[in-house]
Amino acid sequence: MNRNLLRQVVIKTLPVMTGYVVLGFGFGILSESAGYGIGWVLAMSVFIYAGSMQYLMVSLLTSGASVISTALATLMVNARHLFYGISMIDKYKGAGAKKPYLIFALTDETYSLLCHGDTPEGVNPHLYYFLVSLFDQIYWIIGSVLGAIVGSAVTFNSAGIDFAMTALFVTVFVEQWLTAKNHVPAIAGVCISVVCLAVFGSDLFLIPSMILILAGLSFGRPVFERKESGGAAAAELPDASDRHKRSAASGAQERSSRHD
Amino acid sequence: MTDTRAIALIAAAAIVTALIRFLPFLLLGGRRKTPEYITYLGKVLPCAIMGMLVVYCLRGIHLLTRPHGLPEFIAVAATAVLHLWKRNTLLSIAGGTVCYMVLIQFIFK
Repeated sequence: MNRNLLRQVVIKTLPVMTGYVVLGFGFGILSESAGYGIGWVLAMSVFIYAGSMQYLMVSLLTSGASVISTALATLMVNARHLFYGISMIDKYKGAGAKKPYLIFALTDETYSLLCHGDTPEGVNPHLYYFLVSLFDQIYWIIGSVLGAIVGSAVTFNSAGIDFAMTALFVTVFVEQWLTAKNHVPAIAGVCISVVCLAVFGSDLFLIPSMILILAGLSFGRPVFERKESGGAAAAELPDASDRHKRSAASGAQERSSRHD
Repeated sequence: MTDTRAIALIAAAAIVTALIRFLPFLLLGGRRKTPEYITYLGKVLPCAIMGMLVVYCLRGIHLLTRPHGLPEFIAVAATAVLHLWKRNTLLSIAGGTVCYMVLIQFIFK
């Protein structure tokens, strides 16, 4: 490991550093204000290490949820990670002792940095993946612990800071919308969820939504796949690649759905 | 909630999260080629799931009572517009969150 490699990793992870410090900070403040201070924040950021889940965790802790409902909520909120793993199977092959950590630390943001698979020249890709993953988690831990410290030291009205989670999902949704060739899955996701929310209520709607979304996408596969391959050329248009570069340069974190 | 209970909940979340992340590798890691159906789902599911998660975050809104979910809808719109305009993830998240905090703390009190 040399300084050049570390420099490359820091540059690569800069967008995630800023994003994680802000989101982690929000989580730290939220958790602290709910009565779960630095020790709890540190434990959650080290062992759970899933942004949206940790925000939800605070409300589960304060509302006295059961272990079963916590496990189910985790399953529903984090199920999307299944699909990150699927596309990293080949890249993580042969990573040896680093592999368990690489898989453990595969968050939305880390995935967005690594899914393209480009590594600096002359660098062991698995060492590079490992350092990017590790740095991202360190940023998350630092952000959340800072939030917990500041949250207990100064008093300011933090009501609404948990909206950072909603804003993150809205941002990813828009990002995916801009890069997707086919908008039906995104529309279906929103519509099915809204209908299920109306029918089943806010506590029960996620599982029926997921089942219906999965069923809808499975039945629609012949149609969607034709669209995917038919629209493949669109991704090569100069406009698309320009936007892509611009977004990378401006520090936007690219996410999912683009790894075909 | 007792500390033991809180630890149990955190452990549950940590274990389930890790299981989800490890599952694809455990099930498919040994194969030479990922099944096409899974590859297809990997492409289309993230968009649908993200839409679902946005709805999930907004599930607590009461449309029939004041303020009718207005702070949430305005802040979501602000986040989306900001992202369409600058396409900077950090700016969109920070801007949307500040917008929401201002709305619920000062405007829709």
